[in-house]
Amino acid sequence: MIKSDKELCLYCGACVGTCPRNCINLKETIIEFDESLCTKCNLCVRVCPVGAITLE
Amino acid sequence: MPRRSNNVGVSDIMEDIKCDIVVVGGGPAGSMTAKWAAMHGSDVLVIEKRQEIGSPVRCGEGISKHWISDVGIRIDNKWIANEVEGARIFSPSLKHIVVNEKMAGNEVGYMIERDQFDKALAVDAAKAGARYMVKTSAVGLLKDGNNKLIGVKAKHMGEHFNIFAKLIIGADGFESQVGRWAGINTILRVNDVESCLQYRMAGIECDTRYSDFYLGSAAPGGYVWVFPKGDGVANVGIGIQLKYLKHKSETKTYLDNFIKKMPGLKKGKIIDMVAGAVSVSQPLKEVTKDNIMLVGDSGRMIDPLTGGGIASACIAGKIAGNVAAEALESRDFSKQFFQKYEKGWRAELEEKFYRNWMAKERLSVIDDITFDKLADILQDVKLEKLTAHNLLKVVKERYPEVVKGFEGFI
Ligand SMILES: Cc1cc2nc3c(=O)[nH]c(=O)nc-3n(C[C@H](O)[C@H](O)[C@H](O)COP(=O)(O)OP(=O)(O)OC[C@H]3O[C@@H](n4cnc5c(N)ncnc54)[C@H](O)[C@@H]3O)c2cc1C
Repeated sequence: MIKSDKELCLYCGACVGTCPRNCINLKETIIEFDESLCTKCNLCVRVCPVGAITLE
Repeated sequence: MPRRSNNVGVSDIMEDIKCDIVVVGGGPAGSMTAKWAAMHGSDVLVIEKRQEIGSPVRCGEGISKHWISDVGIRIDNKWIANEVEGARIFSPSLKHIVVNEKMAGNEVGYMIERDQFDKALAVDAAKAGARYMVKTSAVGLLKDGNNKLIGVKAKHMGEHFNIFAKLIIGADGFESQVGRWAGINTILRVNDVESCLQYRMAGIECDTRYSDFYLGSAAPGGYVWVFPKGDGVANVGIGIQLKYLKHKSETKTYLDNFIKKMPGLKKGKIIDMVAGAVSVSQPLKEVTKDNIMLVGDSGRMIDPLTGGGIASACIAGKIAGNVAAEALESRDFSKQFFQKYEKGWRAELEEKFYRNWMAKERLSVIDDITFDKLADILQDVKLEKLTAHNLLKVVKERYPEVVKGFEGFI
């Protein structure tokens, strides 16, 4: 499971542009993941400046 | 009340739109491209997914001065917050060198109000005839039976519709999805992404004459910036190379730790928070395909040493807009025709980007002790021009091991 914490997210798009599989979408203020494409590389978790993303 | 629909097809409420050129993204790259194309009579539509052009701000707001009039931007006090004389570059033990504005890279000169700046560019483009739609996202590309790109799938206020266009401009910033949908490889290595966080702080002590840069382990593979906006306000931010980030929220921890150590900043109040990422990569091999061109951050057109990308977005935008108008006139939207754009932006930016990428790769592995020694050396060496190249030359003389493997380039 990959999740973004709405309370932390500053909807900056850092995760979107970093994802090597292009499986993250930023809908203005809402992050959406296409988990079928995700390889759990963890880059989105690491790049998020405020730690809003969790990968389980 | 617009009706909400969940169906993914074409909505019966939002009508499809036809135009010559659809620009995805209303940042500097999008608005500059739109303006120059529209000035030549093209029918241009800019779509911007946010509800307000330029806001929220995602930027340190520093720009150099020399390129502004070349791309046809009128200097306007509405978007100038402060003018700085130069940059101060601090080593880890806080020794610093002063570099004058002309030599200090593309983030030093004016401190701008970025939301006002982006809006001013949009107004210029609209005056030239470009149409705008805000709160409108591109959600995919439209292709015909032969896989030719014929426009974008879009969504406005929850309604899906299609925008048919002869040419698509990807100006969607760091997210850079439009290009990837079209098969242009804009994926970045972990060395080539900076994770950034910035606070706008009020009530701090800073010298409004200088934009300050702090190098070393306070910001591995990047730097901390303090860009003064005047009246005790500054943008205090950090960029860290993704390679060095292993855990959640580290970027924020680094920035908070830095501020805690600086008496002049510690007492400041945070009145704004800005996150984002910046690409610091080599220039891409291609930013065009048939019927599509990428401009600005979406085409990774950022100076890899400073992380500044406003100037390059505008410079490339002007060239892209002109080439787009020519393509329309010649009715040729082939990748081959767009070589004009590739040649144009590369002539302006590619060599510097490449050199500065090399410099970044080297600087990002220098340890604090060496940074401090370098600061010592640079105190007495009078560099006629503080370019990455000159800096590396000095490093080579004193610390050949640091630039091993890059001698040819120097
Ligand atoms: C923290 C930080 C500090 C920075 N500081 C500086 C600095 O001091 N000086 C400097 O020169 N540069 C700086 N930069 C870089 C600079 O912000 C960018 O280079 C510049 O914004 C590039 O302009 P652009 O038009 O290419 O992209 P952007 O300004 O990012 O514009 C892209 C636009 O496209 C929209 N968009 C994205 N996807 C879609 C979609 N699917 N549909 C519709 N719209 C979409 C976005 O909402 C956005 O408005 C900084 C960047 C960051 C993150």
